Amino acid sequence: MLSLFIILPLAITVIVNILPKKMVYPLIGAVVGMVALVQMAAVFLPVSQPLEIMRSLGELVRWDLAVDSLTLVMLLSIGVVVAVTVLAGTQLIKDKEQYFQFANLVLLTLTGMNGVVLVRDIFSLYVFLEITGVASFILIALQKDSDGLEGAFKYILFSAVATIFMLSAIGIFIMSAGGTSFGAIQAALQASSGNIMVLLAIAAFMTGLFMKSGLMPFHGWVPDAYEGAPAPVSVMLAGVVTKAVGVYTLLRVVYSVIGFTPQVKMILMGFGVISIVLGALAALGQTNLKRLLAYSSISQVGYIVLSFGCGTALGFAGALFHMFNHALFKSLLFVNSASIEKATGLKDMERMGGLGSKMPLTGLSAGIGALSTAGIPPFSGFWSKLVIVVALWQAGLPVYAVIAVLASVLTLAYMLMFQRKVFWGKTLEGFQQVREAGFGLMVPTIVLALAIVGLGIGFPLLFNTFMLPVDRLW
Amino acid sequence: MSIHVFYIIMGLMTLSALWAVMARSLLRSALALACASALLSISMFVLGSPLAAVFELSVCAGLITVVFISTISLTQPMSWHETMQHVHDHLKKYWYLPVILLIGAIVLTTVKVTFNIKVPETNVPADVRDVLWHIRHLDVVGQVLILLVGSFGVSLFFKEKHKK
Amino acid sequence: MSSMASTLFLPACFFVSLLFIAGFYYILATNNLIRVLIGVELLMKAVTLLLVAAGYVSGQSALMQSLVITLIVIEVVVIAVATGIVIGIHAHNKTLDARKLRNLKG
Repeated sequence: MLSLFIILPLAITVIVNILPKKMVYPLIGAVVGMVALVQMAAVFLPVSQPLEIMRSLGELVRWDLAVDSLTLVMLLSIGVVVAVTVLAGTQLIKDKEQYFQFANLVLLTLTGMNGVVLVRDIFSLYVFLEITGVASFILIALQKDSDGLEGAFKYILFSAVATIFMLSAIGIFIMSAGGTSFGAIQAALQASSGNIMVLLAIAAFMTGLFMKSGLMPFHGWVPDAYEGAPAPVSVMLAGVVTKAVGVYTLLRVVYSVIGFTPQVKMILMGFGVISIVLGALAALGQTNLKRLLAYSSISQVGYIVLSFGCGTALGFAGALFHMFNHALFKSLLFVNSASIEKATGLKDMERMGGLGSKMPLTGLSAGIGALSTAGIPPFSGFWSKLVIVVALWQAGLPVYAVIAVLASVLTLAYMLMFQRKVFWGKTLEGFQQVREAGFGLMVPTIVLALAIVGLGIGFPLLFNTFMLPVDRLW
Repeated sequence: MSIHVFYIIMGLMTLSALWAVMARSLLRSALALACASALLSISMFVLGSPLAAVFELSVCAGLITVVFISTISLTQPMSWHETMQHVHDHLKKYWYLPVILLIGAIVLTTVKVTFNIKVPETNVPADVRDVLWHIRHLDVVGQVLILLVGSFGVSLFFKEKHKK
Repeated sequence: MSSMASTLFLPACFFVSLLFIAGFYYILATNNLIRVLIGVELLMKAVTLLLVAAGYVSGQSALMQSLVITLIVIEVVVIAVATGIVIGIHAHNKTLDARKLRNLKG
């Protein structure tokens, strides 16, 4: 049954490319959107009662796939962000042929990410990581403009080096484990915990994962790739690709394979804190909107890794929740930046001003996204930051908790700067013609903003339903 | 099969890697890479992985070299100019590498890494084709997926522009 | 698993490390984009060697071979896409010098 998450998009991609173009070109966006919506629905419906036909299909292929709450959160995030991306793409990529390629590649990226979050085998994990990576490379360079190509090349370079690290570690792991599944490797690592080769392999693997997540100091590709990519691709990249490929894999491997040794915890928390602080400081100095959001993403990934690294169940829940919230508010902010870019043709915040009166919905939703990132009540970001700070405090790490709170102040600072420069004040001369963005961009904006507000207000009610799966996992 | 054969092949491979880095022209660098791939393929035969060795030889030493050479020829006009421009200080920059390699080799031989990893018994079938088809079929699906992605990429980047 | 097999692993690691050093040096020292890709390829060769040696030593050569075959397919696709991007960059800037790629700064 779970294999459908991979087989279904693959089959649709093949079918869509075989059918005649006239039939497929207008429908492709809807098809990909439907796949994403089906995925979101599948997360909530009970998986224990599949239809007979799906059960018999599932018996055909016996793959080592499994679901738990971490996977479910990721599947939901993937569905949400892909739906948003495809919808936003209708407004931003006008060329029919390019949109067709875009939608196909998005569907393939979806397949890759589904594979990443579902497998329980270290080599298949690598295979699906590469699939997602290559599809992202092509998407970043989709419009073949100079920035996109440059960002894509930097991403390829960093990703390839990270892959090399991870593969060497995988070689050592498989050799000591006799198999490739997570369970076998976990047993082997515990049996040979002092061996220097194994320790080196673990360090290499984690370094590779840090590079793929964009954690400092391995973040070199993130600003260029996020800035150079076409607008809808940035939405997907920031919202979910980096999270699935980098952060989820880190969480999964540390949780299921490496285990929480004190050194691992120290490494995670150390690098997490560095990313939070330096990312926020770098974001303060940006004039380019997309680069500001890119550094903000680096900072938020730092929060996730810090919370996860403290090693408690509450920390894990905080990391999960913040990952999901990040998908929501970062996608919202990137959709807004896409609307702004489409309306004004600019990415440089210094030349913008007073757009709030011309684009009220964009301004309001950007405000919601910004405040949620900074962790202001009553938005959802507040709750996840709170859980993170409480988890750190309870784990006996008050220094880290204080740093997390102070960095939230920095986050608020750069977010307010972004709001002020772009939306407030008098409307500048050249912007009299600016109008609100079209349907394809507005629907995701409204839906995401409502989701953030709704989650924020409703969280106290949801907390138990949220914590229970995490407790069972732990 | 003695260990000396292995050492010889490995030594040749390191030399061709060195040549790939220090070569002045791009073309020679790519050909040295092909040479290294071929030597890797031979060493894979020695190490008991014949099927993978054939793959490596045909794909890496063959296909990838063709891709590199076609890229070099497609970007030829300016890159040749640059190569000529930098050729006289090329050696100045790259002579560090043999020195570093020598130092690295000495350091590595003196570091004593004890390596007693107990390898557990497994009942994986010994034939690669069995393993690939029956056990790792998810990887095969992954290969199909990545080939699909690659075909999109190639059609995007290598297409001739139609004159409107 | 013969004793010769286990004595093979450390020399293999030694050569793999040398290839790593060469590959990383190439990537860091060069300005030309295609040379960067050749350096990445060298690193991939090193990892392939490591995987095959690990398979030989632990007696799982069949498993490692299927992994290496998958790895080679992925490697080809990555290099193909990367060279496509390099051709695109050349079409824009008329140069393959990485120092000229300073458009995105900050």
